[in-house]
Amino acid sequence: MNEIPVTMTVNGEDRAATIEPRLTLADYLRSECGLTGTHLACEHGACGACTVLVDGAAQRSCLVFAVQAQGAEITTVEGLAEAPGEPTAVQRAFEDCYGLQCGFCTPGFVVSVTAFLRDNPEPDDREIREALSGNLCRCTGYGGIYAAVRQAAAELAEAQGGAS
Amino acid sequence: MTAGRYVGQSVARREHRPLVTGHGRYVDDVTVAGMAHAAFVRSDVARGTITAIDVEDAQAVPGVFAVYLAADLNTVCGPIHSTLMGPNAPMPPMRALAEGDVRFVGEPVAVVVAESRAVAEDAAEMVVVEVAALPAVVDPVAALTDTENLVHPEKGTNVAQAMPDTGGPDVDAAFAGAAQVVTGRFAQSRGTNVPMEPRGLVASWEPGTGEFTAHVSSQNPHEYHAHFARVLGIDHHRVRVLTDQVGGGFGQKVFVSRDETCVAVAAKLLGRPVKWIEDRRENLIAANQARNEIVDLEVAVDDDGAMVAMKARHVEDVGAYAINSHASASGSMSNFITGPYRIGHLGFSSTSAYTNTVGRAAYRGPWLMETTAREQMVDRVARAIGMDPLEFRRRNTVTAAEFPFSMPGGVPIDRVSLTEVLDQAAEMMDYDGFRVRQAAALSEGRHLGLGISAYIEPSGIAFGALATEQANIRIDAAGKVRIMMGSGDHGQNTATTMRQLVAEYLGCDIDDVTYSQHDTTATPHGSGTAGSRTAVIFGGAAIGASKRLREKVAEIAAHLLEASPDDIEIVGSEAFVAGTPSRSVGFAEIAAAAYLAPDRLPPGVEPGLEAVHRYRPPSLFTLSNSCHMCTVEVDAATGMVTFDRYVVSEDCGPMINPTVVEGQIVGGVVQGIGTALYENMAYDPDGNPLASTFLDYVLPGAAEMPEIEIGHIESPSASEGGFKGVGEGGTIGAIACVANAVNDAIAPLGAHIDRLPMGPSEVLAAIDSAGGA
Ligand code: FES
Ligand code: FES
Repeated sequence: MNEIPVTMTVNGEDRAATIEPRLTLADYLRSECGLTGTHLACEHGACGACTVLVDGAAQRSCLVFAVQAQGAEITTVEGLAEAPGEPTAVQRAFEDCYGLQCGFCTPGFVVSVTAFLRDNPEPDDREIREALSGNLCRCTGYGGIYAAVRQAAAELAEAQGGAS
Repeated sequence: MTAGRYVGQSVARREHRPLVTGHGRYVDDVTVAGMAHAAFVRSDVARGTITAIDVEDAQAVPGVFAVYLAADLNTVCGPIHSTLMGPNAPMPPMRALAEGDVRFVGEPVAVVVAESRAVAEDAAEMVVVEVAALPAVVDPVAALTDTENLVHPEKGTNVAQAMPDTGGPDVDAAFAGAAQVVTGRFAQSRGTNVPMEPRGLVASWEPGTGEFTAHVSSQNPHEYHAHFARVLGIDHHRVRVLTDQVGGGFGQKVFVSRDETCVAVAAKLLGRPVKWIEDRRENLIAANQARNEIVDLEVAVDDDGAMVAMKARHVEDVGAYAINSHASASGSMSNFITGPYRIGHLGFSSTSAYTNTVGRAAYRGPWLMETTAREQMVDRVARAIGMDPLEFRRRNTVTAAEFPFSMPGGVPIDRVSLTEVLDQAAEMMDYDGFRVRQAAALSEGRHLGLGISAYIEPSGIAFGALATEQANIRIDAAGKVRIMMGSGDHGQNTATTMRQLVAEYLGCDIDDVTYSQHDTTATPHGSGTAGSRTAVIFGGAAIGASKRLREKVAEIAAHLLEASPDDIEIVGSEAFVAGTPSRSVGFAEIAAAAYLAPDRLPPGVEPGLEAVHRYRPPSLFTLSNSCHMCTVEVDAATGMVTFDRYVVSEDCGPMINPTVVEGQIVGGVVQGIGTALYENMAYDPDGNPLASTFLDYVLPGAAEMPEIEIGHIESPSASEGGFKGVGEGGTIGAIACVANAVNDAIAPLGAHIDRLPMGPSEVLAAIDSAGGA
């Protein structure tokens, strides 16, 4: 199959590769970049486990071909924090509020929620429910995930308030 | 015990840090040098004879290493069975790949191994399988009497197993003397576990050493170890199974599937590592499923509204190849179908049917149809005699004064809190207040409903291979503590709860403790995470080993401090003389003596600091119990069900970690809500699965789920620590609770539903057939 060159920035690093056009962004990130935090649970756009930020917007990386991300700036779950393994406020909220059990859906939720709270820093409960409806979790029953979003929102709001 | 320093506390779950930051390691994250990738060719016909398989084009695809058929693999591994059932179980032999015929859509026919998954999938599409189709057996009830279309022709019947009626003259007499007999038929549809991480493994065989290693996504790594040794003909001690994070299982990853077996055999034949990660479509159509069951119930009631006898006829669909036993539900069904009620007489029978569908798996509370059916029936009986369903349950529930009460199914009820959970749930729900609210809403044309469901759960089932577990605890030469266990944690936070127990009973700082379950060559034999057994059986082992090790620590510390071992207290990884905190010695120094300076040890004490304990609970069943209550609103125009509130009162004895307990309950309830309202793995009459994506297999989502409020009653079990299991109860209780709430809401319309799921179209159909809203 024809391979074509693609370049993009992933978690702040410039990446260049020559790849098959059919390679999804999810597979590219996992296999070419070694960023296995992005998970695949359905590969048909229904579960949100593979969510990453493409130029800041939350997108399902199983539905995007890597070549479509030519020139884009990608952030995966590993790249949300300043240093590897350090948690962001959203990630800490998932830990604190028991927003995960097996953790397989978690990176997708964390990335979706990060983008959501950036765009809507003071969401009400209905908006949180709607925001979460694009991601599936089979373990938690969502209770801890709601709580995590509320905690993260409160914490971010406080940080904002303190900064301004 | 009352809450301790660690036990009973919601201590932080340290194993979550890598998972939230994207640094967890699941099986698909494992890469091994020289690794090839497998893809399956699966039957798209439910029943038929294979007339030809053409692999020529597939084999010619560049990058394809091998295309294996039944003749290549089945001859190597022989028929597949679980360790638990053994080779002589009365089940049809399960082949690795289809041979001669196919028996369900999704049955693996060939395995392609190639340099990449994409190439393997491309080539798999080029394999041509010709099948002369035959009529499929899909309906389990019809299957039982079908003698023409047989799933396993050599059996001569589609009856997989028949458990004869346990009834007798006493049951008949109780029915004959009854004031009233109420009957009902209840059905739940086929559902499936749907772990978010699909099944998968990376299998490697070293031609040089003859050693086999597999990274797997498993709830039961030691079962995988034994299975691979058996099917590959490799000595047990040359097999190694590794698990890191496991992204859910809910029963589907307890036993090795034929797909995983094929990959292991392929790796051995090829002499290079092979990875297979199933995709969602495969998981939905080819991984084992559950729940397709029908129960006919008859209940005899006396003049006082007491249920005196029950007759139950159970039919279950076990598909073409059940993963473990063909009737994973019937035994526990018969034991627990009378539940928390004072029903003295039971006639129970169960029949299992083979069908041309994927086989039956264990799925969270595999026997839960007893509660699903009974609790709907209890509401029906209450309605028939004109009594409030809560009042009716109160009258019929076995009280503590009657313990041990012998259930007619043979299990004694003891050490549970049946009336307490009913009362607590009713109070949390404000039962009477809701009834007022419900009546007011109805007068405005709104349909609110309340559902109740109560059950007794057999957690920590302790027979045969499931009876015991072991903890190996080592204080290393630097004084740090490592626990090793053969569990198969797939999200239960076993690492945290076991660390809590060891820190509590050994007396160390919890941050000094790590937990390992990931390597079968290093961990003691275990039977995995299933049947709500972790707290009870693994917990008992952890406590036992901690106590042993603490004794040795105290003895060495006493010698170093020139005190009596009886005067030693151990807290926070520090041993000191009681009342004299300044005379102390830390674990690091004790360990240094134990490993590096044996001359400092008391005479006769063996160097080293390790303890091993294998634990068996004192009784076959460690019973936990619960009562669920929920309120819903049904939109009579659209059939939509919306939750108002959901309350659980639960007794799992003392909690090791309340956050973990509540997480198990909430997660379980939502899976039960899925079974009640959404999930349906439907097949068409030709045996084609109709739900192969998340668009047609509808899982509960965040937007529709209620907030679940939990109350705790703590009556200790007889097991070490008093713990009871809680992993499955949420699901067991939820299904009937939701069904009862929906039926309560539509009862004023004269409508009723007794088949699950109760989706909007089923609700509308029920309302329509009752004469409309
Ligand atoms: S894996 Fe991309 S949405 Fe499910
Ligand atoms: S935590 Fe397991 S799927 Fe969400």
